[in-house]
Amino acid sequence: MTPRARPLLAAALLAALLAAAGAAPAQTSTADGIAQYRALLADGNPADLWEAKGEALWKQKRGPKNASLEACDLGRGPGVVKGAFVALPRFFADTGRVQDLESRLLTCLQAQQGFDAAAIAATPFGQGEQLNIESLVTYIAAESRGMTFELPQAHAEERRMFEAGKKIFFFRGGPYDFACASCHGETGKRIRLQDLPNLTANPGDGVGIAAWPAYRVSSGELWSMQRRLNDCYRQQRFPYPGYASDATIALGVYMGVQARGAASVAPAIKR
Amino acid sequence: MSDPMRIRAQVQGSGAVVRVLMAHEMETGLRKDAAGKTIPAWHITEVTAALNGKTVLTAQWGTAIAKNPFTEFVVKGAKAGDRITIAWVDNRGDRRSDEAVIA
Repeated sequence: MTPRARPLLAAALLAALLAAAGAAPAQTSTADGIAQYRALLADGNPADLWEAKGEALWKQKRGPKNASLEACDLGRGPGVVKGAFVALPRFFADTGRVQDLESRLLTCLQAQQGFDAAAIAATPFGQGEQLNIESLVTYIAAESRGMTFELPQAHAEERRMFEAGKKIFFFRGGPYDFACASCHGETGKRIRLQDLPNLTANPGDGVGIAAWPAYRVSSGELWSMQRRLNDCYRQQRFPYPGYASDATIALGVYMGVQARGAASVAPAIKR
Repeated sequence: MSDPMRIRAQVQGSGAVVRVLMAHEMETGLRKDAAGKTIPAWHITEVTAALNGKTVLTAQWGTAIAKNPFTEFVVKGAKAGDRITIAWVDNRGDRRSDEAVIA
């Protein structure tokens, strides 16, 4: 570049900058753009398909015992689905442990219908009976859409699980020295275009635990909270937690209690 | 056996807005499974919509359409109480037809 050309270039740059500044108010921010994209997708959320299938599965007579799940107690009495999702995980006297939605469904699938719960828990996501659990959790969550999270903490075991969940949430380890709190411990953080909810406080309506199960557009799959947590651990390079294991349930209690008063939008739609 | 569609149809102005959600894998035939074998193409090839039995829309679909596709269109002159029927055929010859009443 010759010295004479420089002022010309500078003038051109300045003009370009001025033009950009003038156009700025007409542009929407990235966050607005993402919100718009999500709103467009939400109108035809394919989770509706899982919801319809789950409702049919709930009422259908299946399994070795040829029974429906309508006698299943999700915490609000046998067969009561509405409002069950926003009060889970909770303590169940019949099993003597705190259970989340998936682990409770395993109990019901075995007790009511005669399926082998251990075999279902060992089945990879998206295969066999796991597919039916996806539909069932979508239906059960959808029945509590708009309701607010109120996890019971009256039982000593529920409070113990909350403390355990908190410990697990902040536990750093693995080859990356990661904890759940590494990504979900501060407000206003994101990974690429994904907002990361701060799960150490109440993340608000329809965020965090209040958004799962959700339909993942990128993979065309329906993810329950168990699968969400499983993938979080994959991203942290931790060993996979057992399906419906106490560790995952404890995390559910921790997130659920923190989200008290937040409205559920599940089943949601994700990128 | 295919899963049912979700059809919502509502009067808007002088017509009706129809929203359809279909359950279909929509495999392109380009993906490979864990063993490296190509997953054969499996997708909807034709969609038809009928108002009270009279065809109002036909569409030819291919591999570029998403899994569990959602489609929305307007039918002019449709009234509340009219029947809207959506049908699809896929490249395996499977077909499915579901019906809804315009609200």
